[in-house]
Parts: sequence; structure tokens; C-alpha cells
Amino acid sequence: MATVSMRGVRKSYGGALEVIQGIDMEITDGEFIVIVGPSGCGKSTLLRMVAGLEKITGGEIAIDGRVVNELEPKDRDIAMVFQNYALYPHMSVYDNMAYGLKIRGFTKSDIEKRVRHAARTLEIEPFLERKPRQLSGGQRQRVAMGRAIVREPKAFLFDEPLSNLDAKLRVQMRVEIKKLQRQLGVTSIYVTHDQVEAMTMGDRLIVMNKGVAEQIGSPIDVYARPASLFVAAFIGSPSMNFLEARIGSDGSLTLDGASLRPKTRIDPGRAVTIGIRPEHLSVGSGFDLQVELVELLGADTLVYGRLSDGKALVVRLPGNEVPRIGDRLPVKANEGAWHLFDSETGKRLGAA
Amino acid sequence: MVENRPWLTVFSHIVLLIGVVIIAFPVWMTFVASTHDAQTMLRSPVPLLPGPHFFKNYREVLTEGYARTSGIPVTIALFNSMVMALGICIGKIIISIIAAFAIVYFRFPFRMAAFWAIFVTLMLPVEVRIVPTYGVVAGLGMVDSYSGLIIPLIASATATFLFRQFFLSVPDELAEASRVDGAGPIRFFLDILLPMSRTTIAALFVIQFIYGWNQYLWPLLVTNKESFYTAVMLVARQATAVDATPSWNLIMATAMLAMLPPVLVVIFMQRQFVRGLVETEK
Repeated sequence: MATVSMRGVRKSYGGALEVIQGIDMEITDGEFIVIVGPSGCGKSTLLRMVAGLEKITGGEIAIDGRVVNELEPKDRDIAMVFQNYALYPHMSVYDNMAYGLKIRGFTKSDIEKRVRHAARTLEIEPFLERKPRQLSGGQRQRVAMGRAIVREPKAFLFDEPLSNLDAKLRVQMRVEIKKLQRQLGVTSIYVTHDQVEAMTMGDRLIVMNKGVAEQIGSPIDVYARPASLFVAAFIGSPSMNFLEARIGSDGSLTLDGASLRPKTRIDPGRAVTIGIRPEHLSVGSGFDLQVELVELLGADTLVYGRLSDGKALVVRLPGNEVPRIGDRLPVKANEGAWHLFDSETGKRLGAA
Repeated sequence: MVENRPWLTVFSHIVLLIGVVIIAFPVWMTFVASTHDAQTMLRSPVPLLPGPHFFKNYREVLTEGYARTSGIPVTIALFNSMVMALGICIGKIIISIIAAFAIVYFRFPFRMAAFWAIFVTLMLPVEVRIVPTYGVVAGLGMVDSYSGLIIPLIASATATFLFRQFFLSVPDELAEASRVDGAGPIRFFLDILLPMSRTTIAALFVIQFIYGWNQYLWPLLVTNKESFYTAVMLVARQATAVDATPSWNLIMATAMLAMLPPVLVVIFMQRQFVRGLVETEK
């Protein structure tokens, strides 16, 4: 158990291309941090820099107060779970889990005790003598976890560990990993591109885009007050609706005839992008929506339509409300549910 | 393909049988010849069925040798061949697996140049460089020694290339996982890579053993003393006896014996051999 600090961490390949552009982050003891972002945003690179598998170009990373920039992975006291599990194919499950301990010179009985204990925790005791290829995806995933926990490291690093599993198993393992982490209380960094995993597992999220941390905060914070257009669009499904608008001379803005008053003062004449989540719209007098497509999800109904000025909008309604295609549907926004962003910089300006 | 066309089956089996006969007939003739006495083999027609002298002929070549030409028992030549073939084959595997490990897992200057240099030598057979090689070996005083038989043939571009291809197919995450587990390069090599290469090693063992066993030109050059002659050399020397009619029965018995070890290696390692060439374990 330990803290992990990143101070101005940078990574570039051959100078020209900077894939990590300065990340600052303090991870407290026992925290579960999820790094989330689209592919190519540098999230895996950042994790691998913490692990010591990638060199750090600039800044420093400290684990438990000790700067580890120049340390080999084995000296950092971390354990990593890989996307493809990276189990040693010729070793039994037991040997896979014992290997790291064996190298570190633990005694036979000590290894035995730790491996058995981890196997019991993960419910893989019946498979200890099997080879990885005789296991299912979910079982391999557990073995990979077991290999990490027997070491009792200062931090766990997870590199998209669930993306090779089918949807049902992913949900199950997601819950188990979270439970296990809470039970062991080990500081964890978890990389994923799946926003549901990010929202459900993380104590805090780092939302990354093109090598920059767009926002660092608790899941609910990131959802309720996204710091930028990118975060707003990335978190939430279906995605937030965005509409272009301009602040009027009185500081308010008009949208399809209705007037909105931002809670914070914004310079008149400024171009803004306003956003609202589909789930924050409901049936009621406000705007008229020309319904173009209806998706029935059972619990919810997604309504795709256009406002009178041609702008597209998605509305999430309860499953029992099913408008007909071609109808005019009056919709209203929840109080204070509008997000305002600067159209040029993408930064959050406030709510309305 | 699952199809039921009886005539096609019959036809393809006939083709296969003809093929088997073409390949197996000379071997059969060799065996038949090794079981008759010398006179029978010089008379026409040549017999097609085994004769009564099997034990006599084999005892003679194994213990006394074919006195008129070489005068050493085949046992010694078989032993020499075995030392040479195993030396070449094991040496090749050790050297090329280490070379491939360096090329795939380490970043050093001129890495690709080294790889291409190895790759280009694939195209050069032993015979091309045999004269300068002989010069070097003779200069080092290695004529008439096992090291002289083995060392010049011990580098293998084919094996290096095969190991390189196998290592490239091993996921990077395995190397990374072992680094996180605390294994250095040597431990990773011994604990992870080597056991995973088992089937590739078996395949190469078969190929390289036969390659080493069948060497003819190089042992011919580098050995003067009869006690270092190899089995393959012996067969050829016996057949070219100048001042007498060749004893075909004994020559063929020697040939049968020289053929035996490679056949045994193939039979016993066939399963690993096929797996090594076809499937990679990941």
C-alpha cells in the first residue's frame, strides 16, 4: 500500500511526438484510480511508465515517496495485470503465481502459503495444477490477478484487463476486482477505454485525451460537471447533445425560442456550445422535437429528432413512453441541466 | 474435404502406392543385397528376396570392417558419425537460440546489420567456403579431430532465423510480465523462453541431426586417419575399391547401418517435429 505521485510526467518518442504532455496527479493510499480515454490517448503509456516498462522523458513518478524514474520494474514493488493476461504458457497455474516469489527468494513453504491463500480468495484452487491453455478466459483473468496479489505489492496496475472477456463475464469480473481491491486496500491504477468500467470502479478518474489529462475527479464529478467538451462527449451513453449558440447582449442565450440564463456571467457576443444529456430531457413544454427515430431498450426509450431549426437532439424517455416517428414531441430540460462550454477552447464555462 | 467419390479414392491411392514403391524399392534392394554373399550379388539376375547371410554380413562389417579398403569396423565409423552429428546439431541449436535471443530482445548498434549478415549466409552452402575453411582448420591444427569435424559446421543461419521467427511470435507482454515479476534477461531466457521453444528445438534437432549425419565432403577433407572416418564416408570408399571386385553385400550392409540412426531420430521425434513446424504454443 502506498501513494503514487506523478509530477509533470512527459513522454515523447524521438523528441517530435509528445504522447504524454505533462500529467500531475497525487494518488492517495488505497485509492482506485481509473485512467480512461479513447484509444491512442496515451493512457496505457502512462501506466507503463508507472510500471517501469517505458522510460520517462520528463517529470518524475514517485511510489510511496520514493522517486522511481530510474528503477527497474522489479524494484518498484508493483504488480501488473495485462490485457492478454501474459500467463507463462508452459507453467501450471501454481507456478505462474509462484514465479515472482521464487525469483524474490521466498521459501517454499512461504510461497505455498501465499499462493494457496490467493487461490482461495480468487476461487481458483481447483485449477492450480492446470496449464493456462486449459482454462477459460475468466479463469485466466483470475490467475493473472492471483499472480499480482501473491506478491503483496505497493500498487496494482491494470492494463485493460477485461477487454478480452465477453460482456457478461466483464460485468462479473468488474464487480469482483472492485471488491477485491477494497478488501485488500491496495492502491490501484486501472486503464480502460470503457466508460462504464471507469464510472463504476474508480474512486477517481483521469479522463485523458491526446496525452493530456482533461479532467481528474470522482466519477460523479466528471459526469455532473465535465471540465471540457471532450469529457462531456466521452462520458455518458448515449452521448451528450451539443448545440451551438451565442450569448446575447443581456448575457442570456436563446435556443429555439426559449431563453436560458447562465448561472455564471459570460461576456455578451461570445460563441458557446451548450450541452445537455439525453436523460436530462423529458416530455413537457419547452421545445418541439420532430421525431425521426425511436430505439426501444426496454427500460428506456431513446428518441432521435430535430428541433425546428434543424439541430439534432437525442432524448432518453422511460421505457413506457413511446412516441411515434413523425410526431411532434414537446420536450423540456431539467432545471440547471445545461452545460456551457467555450466553443473555441472547449473549456467549461458553467451551467444554465 | 468430406466427399464420397470411391473412384477418386482408388485413383489417389494408386498414385500414392506408386510413389511409395519408387521411394522404397532402392531401400529394399539395399537390404536384400546386405543379406546375400558376395558371389550371389555379382551374378545375374540380382535377387529380389532376402538371403541367408544377414547375421554373417552384419557381424563382419560391425566387427572387422571391409578390410580391403578401409579396414576399420563400421562400429567406429558409426561412433564418429554420431559424435559429429550430435556435436553439430546440439552446437547449432545452442548458438542459434542465443543469437536469436540477442537479435530479438536486445537493442544494440548494428542489430539489423547482424541479422542480415546471418540471413545472407543462408544462401551460402558449405561447399562455397570449403577451401578457406579448410585452410583455417588446418592452420589451427584441427585436422583429424572431432573439433575439426564439428566446429566449422556449427553456425546455422536457418536455425537462427527459425528461432527469431518464433521469438517474434511470443507476445511482448510475457517479457514484460517476467520483468515485473523480477526476472532478468538470463532468467527470462532460461525459465520462460527456453521451455516455450521446446517444440522448435525438437524440430531443429531432427533437421540438424540429419544434416550433420549426412555430411560427406567436409569429413572427407578434414580427416586423414581412418579412425576418424564417418559412416557415410565409409560407404563411398568401399564402393570405389580399385583393385578388386566390390563386395556389394558388405557395402550394402554398411549403407543400411549408416541409414539407421537418422531413421530412428525421425521415427522417435516425428511428433515433436511436426508440432514444432506447424503449431506454436502461446
